[in-house]
Amino acid sequence: MFDTIRRLVDEQGRLSVAAATIGDDADLYATGLTSFAAVQLMLALEETFDVEFPDRMLNRRSFSSIAAIANCLQEIKAEEAA
Amino acid sequence: MNAPLDRGANVVATAARHADDVDRKGRFPVEAVQALKDARLLALLIPVEFGGGGAALADVAELCTSLGQQCASTAMIFAMHQIKVASLVAHGRGAAWHESFMRRVCDEQLLLGSATTEGGVGGNLRNSICAFERDGDIFRIAKEGALISYGAYSDAILVTARRAADAPPSDQQMAVLEKSQFRLERTGSWDALGMRGTCSEGFTFSGQAPTEQIFAHDFAEIASQSMLATAHLLWSAVWFGVASDALARAQGFVRKDARRHPDGPAPGALRLAEATNKLQLMRVNIVEGLKRFAKAQKNEDDLNSMSFAVAMNNVKIGSSQLSIEIINHALLIAGIAGYKNDTPYSVGRHMRDALSAQVMISNDRIFTNLSNLLLAQRIDQRLGD
Ligand SMILES: Cc1cc2nc3c(=O)[nH]c(=O)nc-3n(C[C@H](O)[C@H](O)[C@H](O)COP(=O)(O)OP(=O)(O)OC[C@H]3O[C@@H](n4cnc5c(N)ncnc54)[C@H](O)[C@@H]3O)c2cc1C
Repeated sequence: MFDTIRRLVDEQGRLSVAAATIGDDADLYATGLTSFAAVQLMLALEETFDVEFPDRMLNRRSFSSIAAIANCLQEIKAEEAA
Repeated sequence: MNAPLDRGANVVATAARHADDVDRKGRFPVEAVQALKDARLLALLIPVEFGGGGAALADVAELCTSLGQQCASTAMIFAMHQIKVASLVAHGRGAAWHESFMRRVCDEQLLLGSATTEGGVGGNLRNSICAFERDGDIFRIAKEGALISYGAYSDAILVTARRAADAPPSDQQMAVLEKSQFRLERTGSWDALGMRGTCSEGFTFSGQAPTEQIFAHDFAEIASQSMLATAHLLWSAVWFGVASDALARAQGFVRKDARRHPDGPAPGALRLAEATNKLQLMRVNIVEGLKRFAKAQKNEDDLNSMSFAVAMNNVKIGSSQLSIEIINHALLIAGIAGYKNDTPYSVGRHMRDALSAQVMISNDRIFTNLSNLLLAQRIDQRLGD
């Protein structure tokens, strides 16, 4: 999952560095993620993982790091399974 | 009784007295701003523990509206100052320098200006070209093509820049620079259609100051949690004042007409009724926005949410568009008496001032941002909370 997230971050995040070089907890906003790019990234995540981000996850924190994104995806998957 | 409004009554009267002269000459409303300082209203939003008025944003908005009814430039200067104060209070708390600066804003009634936009990025204030260049305990900054309202009259200016020379454009911070720490080189005049007293001239802003004057919170947080919301709400409150005064003038015209022609409905009466509907929409838009902001302030996730950003952007779009429609109705009602600049029904200045609303952060730019957010955020279909 983390590799796929990193690939999508590279494709949609418009960061100033490659996603492979940043840690799971690194602040994506500090490496150039904008709120515009965060939406594009969310759409790519939804398409790739076949999920829908609920409104309550549509805030800055959800896309603040690779780990935060993975947490959201796990939470959505767990809810779908339940 | 509303205490801030009572204290503001004298300021509103002073603003009214000089409004035409301020507009005609495109000069800074020195008298009204001095009256604001004398009434200690520049510290209205600062918590009591730091020496301020501890008022709610809704009280500040009310005063913006009262001032907007008399002199839109004074009202907008007051609003823009309070927007900076709101960020100082929300993000400067807990930082020794910013807390002591807050006390000085109260004691000395310092007027705060804003340099968030920049030549080359236009109204996209979430991108900077210039950067804070740190050198030990101090930083240097130089921002070109900054439009800074009342820059020449500001006691301190809050300026945004990239975190460092190698940071991406969106990784911004904000700092406070005092008059003794910055230099303004005038690069553009402000001979504008309206809001002429705001003296929003173009400058190259440069300066240096201790690094402790940079806010610890990222500008991204400052923008989304305090600045954009308070800007859209207080600007809207000013425009509501401008529009409501225009409509009150038109109502005066209709009433006079009705007294003269008791047997038939005055021709403008229907349009007046239609315009009061728009005025009500404008008011509830702003009042609902103020409530939404007060609620979001209790919950950081909400404050950082897309739904909050959508709501605040829509407050600005709605009130900027409605203000012009309402004033246009007032003009249609009063006809030539409204079009002329020297009658009790004149609404020319109102119209010119209100036209700034749609370019003050371009509505098209906001629509572009909104359309992106709405790829994610669902339409809110509820009537209640
Ligand atoms: C009365 C007044 C006072 C001001 N005071 C200050 C101040 O004190 N400090 C400060 O920093 N700034 C201030 N500003 C400036 C303001 O914040 C914006 O910078 C400015 O209004 C936008 O400038 P612009 O129209 O040249 O640029 P842009 O935002 O670039 O817009 C130019 C045109 O391009 C179009 N456009 C641009 N980008 C997009 C997009 N993404 N989508 C769709 N269309 C787009 C728009 O239609 C717009 O008409 C003030 C403005 C006014 C009117």
